[in-house]
Amino acid sequence: MMKLLARNRHTVQRLGFSFITLMAVVTVLPIVGTIVFILFKGGSAISLEFLTGFPHDGMRAGGILPAIIGTLYLTIGTAIFSVPLGIAAAIYLAEYAKDNALTRLIRLAIINLAGIPSVVYGLFGLGLFVLFLKFGTSILAASLTLSIMTLPVIISTAEESLRSVPQAFRTVSISLGATRWQTIRRIVLKEALPGILTGVILGLERAAGETAPILFTGAAFFLPRLPGSPFDATMALPYHLFVISTQVPEMPIQIQYGTALVLLVFVLTMNVIATVIRSRARAKRQW
Amino acid sequence: MNNKILIENLSLQYSDGTESLRGVSMGIRQNAVTVLFGPAGGGKSTLLRCLNRLNDLTEVRASSGQILIDGENILDPKVDVVALRRKVGMVFARPVPLPMSIRENVIYGLEMSGEKRKSKLDEAVERSLKLAAIWDEVKDRLNDPANALSGGQQQRVCLARVLALQPEIVLLDEPTSGLDPISTGKVEAALQELKKEYTVILVPHSVQQAARTADHAAFFLQGELIEYDDGKKMFTTPKEKKTEDYIMGRFG
Repeated sequence: MMKLLARNRHTVQRLGFSFITLMAVVTVLPIVGTIVFILFKGGSAISLEFLTGFPHDGMRAGGILPAIIGTLYLTIGTAIFSVPLGIAAAIYLAEYAKDNALTRLIRLAIINLAGIPSVVYGLFGLGLFVLFLKFGTSILAASLTLSIMTLPVIISTAEESLRSVPQAFRTVSISLGATRWQTIRRIVLKEALPGILTGVILGLERAAGETAPILFTGAAFFLPRLPGSPFDATMALPYHLFVISTQVPEMPIQIQYGTALVLLVFVLTMNVIATVIRSRARAKRQW
Repeated sequence: MNNKILIENLSLQYSDGTESLRGVSMGIRQNAVTVLFGPAGGGKSTLLRCLNRLNDLTEVRASSGQILIDGENILDPKVDVVALRRKVGMVFARPVPLPMSIRENVIYGLEMSGEKRKSKLDEAVERSLKLAAIWDEVKDRLNDPANALSGGQQQRVCLARVLALQPEIVLLDEPTSGLDPISTGKVEAALQELKKEYTVILVPHSVQQAARTADHAAFFLQGELIEYDDGKKMFTTPKEKKTEDYIMGRFG
């Protein structure tokens, strides 16, 4: 009887483990499936002309260069605003903030910022940047809108990286006559940098792939030339994909999937860079 | 010999109500090893951390009394704490090498104070590593990461890092608690050298270490200074019953 029970327990354990292994494998399937599917459907569209040419024949032929460049501009623009602001806010929260009403308010704001649907950011950006501040439908307005959306990701990952730097380093640095700012700059930031960079890239990656926030703030349906200043509107990969998939009749399907593939590669490249930074830093880390 | 430090009626409590000091008054001699000993929670570390204002980093509920170093009250809010911490160096219980090379660790404090001349920095590295009795072991690998060293070596590099600033007072908070007897011996030997130049205050990790190293010894119990005397007298003929009981190992 005891023996039977014991064997039964092991069977239950084996079943349990099999189940959770299966579940873990299932999570891999969608991403692998998506990549393979898009590669299969859109791979044939990729050519030098597709990557470096302008669209023509009502976007049914030619390349997607303006959309690629536009997404690059928007990503850089977003980085210019959100990275310094996000890191500064994270340093304040992790290193200086006392636990008081103001700090709690800031944290509450960040949490709620992260939960706002992206289309609402788009409307907010339209109201504030495009109309009120009169930036027009422009790279500037779209970048600022994307920055606000990206901030919570950057702030929370940066704060977490700063907090993970051992307290003892700070104490030692202070005890050696360094000021708090020197301690933050020379020790804390240096050690937290890989983690902060990872967060920054993940945040920007999300910004690069978003459609809704740029829909009313900076994205153009079609432009015959590249944007010349931050006050110009721009084409962008995610919006372009939306346009050619829903707004243009008789669109060749491989161009749609080709565009999706380029966007996917853009975003995944950023992801790989983040992963490499993180694993390299982890190998080098001295604590 | 005169008093380098004069502590007058010092009382202190953390905001969470733990470890406190109650009305401590004592003078600490220049060029001597003064040992603060007693059971855990007695206030020794707290007192040490008052001397370089490291307590500023923690929440301190109430503080009264004063600490005079060379006649200046260092608890005065107007005191330049950064300058104070260069003058009063500290070695911690667990060696914490900063995440950089041995050399960079040693010159960290000097660099933060604005010293850029390579000759000065090189000179400080050699002088302080020698003084901490670690020079011969690390001189050929100064650019290796400091945390690649053994615990005992790390702790001596941490001591050298403090000495590089040429402080006047060196505080050591159980500096040998994690070390093997040989490393401990090296650190203790270094202390005897140090006192020729510096005022040394040590919280030992055992009564035996206190007895071995103390020129002067202060016994702390639950935040109060019970007895303060010449080291030899304290460990042979203590005046207070509590001190004797602790030294004899009747409680602890």
